[in-house]
Amino acid sequence: MKAWIWPRTSDGKPGRQGRRDFRKSRSEFFEKFATPGGPVKVIIDGINSFARRIPTWVVYSAYLIPAVWLFYQGVYGGLGPDPVKALEHELGKTALQLLIIGLCITPLRRFTGLNLIRFRRAIGLLAFTYVVLHLLVWAFLDVQSLSRVAQDIIKRPYITIGIAAFVLLLPLAATSNNWSVRKLGPAWRKLHKLTYLAVILGGIHYIWLVKGIQIEPLVYMAVILGLLSLRLVKTPKRGPAARPNR
Amino acid sequence: MAHRWINTLKESDVTPEAAFLNRRQLMAGAVAGVGLAGISGGRVRAEGELQPNSYEDITSYNNYYEFGTGKGDPARNAGTLTTKPWTVKIDGLVDKPGDYNFEDIMKAMTIEERIYRFRCVEAWSMVVPWDGFELADLLEMAGVQSAAKYVAFETVLRPDEMPGVRFPVLDWPYVEGLRLDEAMHPLTIMATGIYGKDIPNQNGAPLRLVVPWKYGFKSIKSIVRITLTDSEPPTSWNKANAREYGFYSNVNPEVSHPRWSQATERPLGGGLFAGRQDTLMFNGYGDEVASLYEGMDLAKNF
Repeated sequence: MKAWIWPRTSDGKPGRQGRRDFRKSRSEFFEKFATPGGPVKVIIDGINSFARRIPTWVVYSAYLIPAVWLFYQGVYGGLGPDPVKALEHELGKTALQLLIIGLCITPLRRFTGLNLIRFRRAIGLLAFTYVVLHLLVWAFLDVQSLSRVAQDIIKRPYITIGIAAFVLLLPLAATSNNWSVRKLGPAWRKLHKLTYLAVILGGIHYIWLVKGIQIEPLVYMAVILGLLSLRLVKTPKRGPAARPNR
Repeated sequence: MAHRWINTLKESDVTPEAAFLNRRQLMAGAVAGVGLAGISGGRVRAEGELQPNSYEDITSYNNYYEFGTGKGDPARNAGTLTTKPWTVKIDGLVDKPGDYNFEDIMKAMTIEERIYRFRCVEAWSMVVPWDGFELADLLEMAGVQSAAKYVAFETVLRPDEMPGVRFPVLDWPYVEGLRLDEAMHPLTIMATGIYGKDIPNQNGAPLRLVVPWKYGFKSIKSIVRITLTDSEPPTSWNKANAREYGFYSNVNPEVSHPRWSQATERPLGGGLFAGRQDTLMFNGYGDEVASLYEGMDLAKNF
């Protein structure tokens, strides 16, 4: 079996043939290990059945408790000499991390069969909550004046971009409920592809706001682009020919 | 010549520290003069407004990218920096170029306390009770030649001791510069202590520049070289982004940094709900330094 590695060529054969070979070797990998009874499949099935038993409120509280704790620390001096910036940055970074976790869910299911899709709404709504908290801390504790907030949005491009990302998330948060999913039908999936743009803008916002060339925001951006590019990968043909046991 | 500038703050405004008092007694002659004159001072804003930040705040919240870009990184990582022995190379347009031993410099200089406002380009500020000597005294010791117009400074570069320089955040080593008249100004000091203690590594041990009317990044840390030149020397942040950081970088509430306003600042130490305050022209030192820039367009020469 050819190793399941990136980039997608095998035997040094580039182009269409190389890609075809690669896809073939990848499905061979799945046939061998990720089929019922195979070791990977057993582990994944185990995680899936465990995940099914976790109520979503666990995910909500796991992420809301840190926000409360951060705020508490800020009030009682646990965030250092500049608690406003510390809180603002931590909330923003957590929002970006949650958006990235949200981007992992579909590829995990597609490529490994790991199904965490029932937590996706919680992750998305939590990301939105952190974005809102980040914005509130910025506006009321940092800038402290609505006219200066307005000026900053207009005059400072990295803030304009951050606000644009927030605006893109608004309809997504508003339609993250069962009623909207039913009502919108196939349009719901299309609409929620706006996440891709929002998370890219979030990544740019982070790169742009730091001074000099810093590693951390570049790592975030690389992860974001990596996860988005997985959306362009074609899955091996599902069906009797490629995956006889499914 | 020391004592050319007198603090407008009372001695009692500085948080007392045991170690500070001990050393202060040793330097009684030097400091008493500042203290007495300080009582009769009061040029700047209401004196009560200028409360120095705590030693803890000053030494735990630093921008010293050679030790990491997080504000707490320098305090965590700078312990590795060896500051003994330390020599400062003074060269260029001087009569007595050479390697000056830090101990010898300290013997020749008069250490005095200066309580200065410190304004970062990131729009936060502190008040710091520095100990140090006037840069002019050091430059006079080396003998400035008449052709000299600028002073260039360089920070030590030791990849083994500085984890931050593995990344090209800036073009290392960190360099800064001043016009000669700025360097000779009585407000411009080389700081060697804070609150009467030796300056900690994260604040730029063993000696750093402090130019209180300019944004903090001009006040270069851990200096190993001072060069007198006849042309404007390159400066690190200007090299990194000339649109955002000029050579002068005087504190100026009317000239915005492209990515943030400089009209106001957040004084640190006030907690989560502390208000902002208006930033003062030349960081409140306009009476002393505005004449240096007469006739210059400060929006162009930012």
